[in-house]
Amino acid sequence: MIIAEILSYGFLARALAVGFLISLTASLLGVSLVLRRYSMIGDGLSHVGFGALGIAAVLSISPMAVTIPVVVAAAFLLLRMSERDTGGDSAIALISSSALAIGVIAVSLGGVNTDLNAFLFGSILSVSRSDAIISAIAASVTLAAYLVFYHQIYASTFDPAFARATGIRCERYTSLLAVLSAVMIVVGMRMLGSLLISSLMIFPAMAAMRVARTYFSVSIIAAAESVIAFIIGFIASYAFSLPTGASIVVTHMAFFCIAYAAGRIRSRL
Amino acid sequence: MTLMQGRDITIGYEGDVVIPDFTFTVEQGDYICIVGENGSGKSTFVKTILGLIEPLKGRIAYNGLRGNEIGYLPQRPLIQRDFPSSVMEVVLSGCLNRHRGMFRYAPHEKEKALSVLKRLGMDGRAGDSYQELSGGQQQRVLLARALMATEKLLLLDEPAAGLDPRTSSQMYGIVSSLNSQGITILMVTHDIHPVLNDAKTVFHFSHRSFYQGSKDDYFHTEMGRVFLKEAGHDHS
Ligand SMILES: Nc1ncnc2c1ncn2[C@@H]1O[C@H](COP(=O)(O)OP(=O)(O)OP(=O)(O)O)[C@@H](O)[C@H]1O
Ligand SMILES: [Mg+2]
Repeated sequence: MIIAEILSYGFLARALAVGFLISLTASLLGVSLVLRRYSMIGDGLSHVGFGALGIAAVLSISPMAVTIPVVVAAAFLLLRMSERDTGGDSAIALISSSALAIGVIAVSLGGVNTDLNAFLFGSILSVSRSDAIISAIAASVTLAAYLVFYHQIYASTFDPAFARATGIRCERYTSLLAVLSAVMIVVGMRMLGSLLISSLMIFPAMAAMRVARTYFSVSIIAAAESVIAFIIGFIASYAFSLPTGASIVVTHMAFFCIAYAAGRIRSRL
Repeated sequence: MTLMQGRDITIGYEGDVVIPDFTFTVEQGDYICIVGENGSGKSTFVKTILGLIEPLKGRIAYNGLRGNEIGYLPQRPLIQRDFPSSVMEVVLSGCLNRHRGMFRYAPHEKEKALSVLKRLGMDGRAGDSYQELSGGQQQRVLLARALMATEKLLLLDEPAAGLDPRTSSQMYGIVSSLNSQGITILMVTHDIHPVLNDAKTVFHFSHRSFYQGSKDDYFHTEMGRVFLKEAGHDHS
């Protein structure tokens, strides 16, 4: 049926595989980001990524080579700012819209051979074979690093003062999280575009937190929600010729509403 | 053996001196009660020896004490209200500092967590949500986490806060049995009983000053007598 049909096209099967890996990884990172109140940073980073992509296009250099270092550097900068008590979130908002503006100007200077739409809303279906391989490797390495340091990331998110007092190097795991999120955002931008990628990290965690009460179950449910929403959104976009990124996000939104309702019903019982 | 020593250190927050120029030593195996009125700098002192804040002046020398041998119960843990976590996840995170394997905690770590919970009357609650516990139950869970982390030194900042009388005397019992197993105890408390019954040494903080002495010496000082009197133990 429809899945077999999708899999029979090489480029669709490739998009499905990469999207699956990215969804899984983004959802797990998202749980830590949301719990650390870093959701705004994810959003800011995706806009910085857009700016960097625009500049790479104008200078016609390899997009990954520019965006990854720029976004990693921005991740550290934004983390620093968010640790300040006041003005941090305003600064993030300013950086994020400035980066967006620079990107738009760069893209318009670049002229015909750059596609603003693809940058903003993603172009998962036009991902080349080599891009797909790079994305899959980046997502797998990120996923592996997250799983290896799962307990450390939990502890330094739950109670950083206790973790530091008992000899866990919290700063290290914060930096690790910053690098992993930056890589994830750059890779995911190809798929969903800069405007939508942060929702891929935030929706699964938010939905899972409505229905689960332990860190482990929140992680599992977020991961499951993320891949299921991706597959449904992907198929829907194929079946009804909708923009892929947007239909994935709308599916996430529907899942979130269901989880929200389920959480309300549960707390009434 | 001296576990740690601070010589002429000044503690406080960015330009805000809490206690200037004092000297203290912590001997291995000691049971130290830290007393003094609200705002006198007890928690600041505890955070300074943990390295959570830097001394404004001077350095603390540690001797044969590694970061991952310390258990800690904060006075006001900065845990977000909606953080999803089970009781077991919280308690197990206490032994993460010595955890070697990846992914899963070892069976002996889980057994230890369950037995610590049981000693604190929280058996059967391991799978519950931490956020859905009462304040005193949360305090017990954080105490269990501190006990999991303790190898050489246990720092407790007002551990009895929010505990019912029975749990708090159980807690003092556990702490003093740990001390008799050789674990060094530093405990901030406003409760006279552990000071009278269990402590070997007293640190008294007040009005920008610091006193360290054995329990007997302490109760012969003016401030020791005042503390006894205010706690309703004045028999002179
Ligand atoms: N984060 C902070 N920044 C600046 N000053 C602080 C901070 N925390 C505490 N202080 C100040 O340091 C002084 C000592 O505070 P501390 O928390 O050490 O008192 P304490 O002895 O633990 O009191 P309590 O018995 O109420 O717990 C107080 O005057 C307080 O106003
Ligand atoms: Mg205090």
